[in-house]
Amino acid sequence: MITLEKVSFTYRSGQRALQEIDLNLEGGDFIAIMGENGAGKTTLAKHLNGLLKPSQGRVLVDGEDTRKVSVARLSRKVGLVFQNPDHLLFSETVKDEVAFGLKNFGFAPEVVHNQVMRTLEALGLSEYAETSPFLLSGGERKRVALAAILATEPDYLILDEPTIGQDYQQKERLRNFILQLYSQGKAVVMITHDVEFVAESNPKVILLSQGRIVAQGPADSVLSKDELVKKASLVRPQMSRLFGELTKYGLPSDVVDVHRARILLEEKLSEAKVRVAQNS
Amino acid sequence: MAHAPREIILAKNLGFQYVGARRAAIEGIDLSIRENEFILLTGPSGCGKTSLCRCLNGLIPNFYQGEWTGELLVDGLSVTTQLTSELSRRVGYVFQNPENQLFALTVEKDIAFGPENLGLSREEIRQRVDEAMNVTGTLPLKDLAPYELSGGQQQRVALAGVLAMKPSVIVLDEPTSFLDPRTAEEVMRATDDLRRELGLTIVVVEHRLDLVARYAERIVVMDAGKIVADGDLEETLDEKFDLLEGLGVGVPRVSLLWTMLRRDGLVSGKVPTHVESAASSLAGMMNQ
Repeated sequence: MITLEKVSFTYRSGQRALQEIDLNLEGGDFIAIMGENGAGKTTLAKHLNGLLKPSQGRVLVDGEDTRKVSVARLSRKVGLVFQNPDHLLFSETVKDEVAFGLKNFGFAPEVVHNQVMRTLEALGLSEYAETSPFLLSGGERKRVALAAILATEPDYLILDEPTIGQDYQQKERLRNFILQLYSQGKAVVMITHDVEFVAESNPKVILLSQGRIVAQGPADSVLSKDELVKKASLVRPQMSRLFGELTKYGLPSDVVDVHRARILLEEKLSEAKVRVAQNS
Repeated sequence: MAHAPREIILAKNLGFQYVGARRAAIEGIDLSIRENEFILLTGPSGCGKTSLCRCLNGLIPNFYQGEWTGELLVDGLSVTTQLTSELSRRVGYVFQNPENQLFALTVEKDIAFGPENLGLSREEIRQRVDEAMNVTGTLPLKDLAPYELSGGQQQRVALAGVLAMKPSVIVLDEPTSFLDPRTAEEVMRATDDLRRELGLTIVVVEHRLDLVARYAERIVVMDAGKIVADGDLEETLDEKFDLLEGLGVGVPRVSLLWTMLRRDGLVSGKVPTHVESAASSLAGMMNQ
């Protein structure tokens, strides 16, 4: 379990990035941290693997205070995938890039090879195994950076804006991968602005604004509240905006994903069809 | 009758393969863009969108090595024979991450950087910088350092820097990826306002159609280096929905919902592209 106890963080410039954050993260959790640019999301993520230490309060990773453990040791448990893949990539081939962390952890070469191939396969990168990461598109490079962390099988996986530059199929693949990880008992935290991705994945949402947690709860209840969403500089998912216009027809207002929307509308539209048929 | 707007970009059988790559990044591209159009360029990750954009301002073939085929004219100039400095005056480029584009100590200096390098007179530079700051709403930020700005402000400064070069075309490559949704909307609206006010031609690369559907009249879809659809955005969404969805294009959620209901035989008529039109059509049906 990762526990944040009243964590505050102030940058050297005096900018207060986090204020009194309490948070628990354990295996099987799937959490989306959302909020405006500058809300403190990335600062919070960097506290989870000890890259930043709190100015006040403390962060415990499996009972150990991050101030007292090395980042190297924490990185075996907590994998953090950064927003910009170019901060992470440096090897000559995609395969080497993904193998790097595993080799550093001292795994046998055949274990490394199998694990690398499995991860590349899962992320749709197998055909690029021998390619230089720098010949890939931005979206592909981002997946290589993700693969490099995933291959080390951390217990806690922190993804900073994983959907940027990804097309819809890649997002589906990413979603399936995340679902698989957390059904294996891992904890997944994603930092994201992508309200539609969150609406369809239904994680627990933590809404951050100006360094504070302003709301938390299931995605459908948080993302359908206009005032909260505005405060965090987000927009409601399209389905929520659509259903907000249709409440007078007896439809609920907390619909955020297309599948639930479809089921509800099928029922209402079928009723209307029957009425039309009876009246004519 | 008014003249049809001038053709500003013309690609004929354009292709490019990077050195070391196993296949062409783009091939057989035929594309004609007229002045003042707002074009959405989309397609799956790795489809060649960014490579095509790099051709438009001459980054390809002048700074990337590889094999070029076909022809590309920008504002009547051939990209292969023209100096990149000439091309970059005509085609401005706004990148995904504004942090990679801004480097001067203050916003004002950053915006002035391009015009200063054109060797213009002081008055001309002054005038261009002021105008660019005015139209992008960045005047209040002029003495701040770029790193002190929010992502949305940075992207507007990047736009201002491009505008100060007085380009005819602005290419924005996933300009809002790093921005929160509200700010992303603001940047897209500002871009469309500039198109109207200054008569610019806009090409936006974007995966999320919902963000741009309001402004773009035309959509160009690429897959595996080729153009696979090119036409009116609303018509394309209506007629080629399966193609777009199959390619993994981020179709607006209301369009997807509508298509599902239409397959069920519960709704009929054109696929809506925004929430408002979907809401009014559905309300009409439930009122019956």
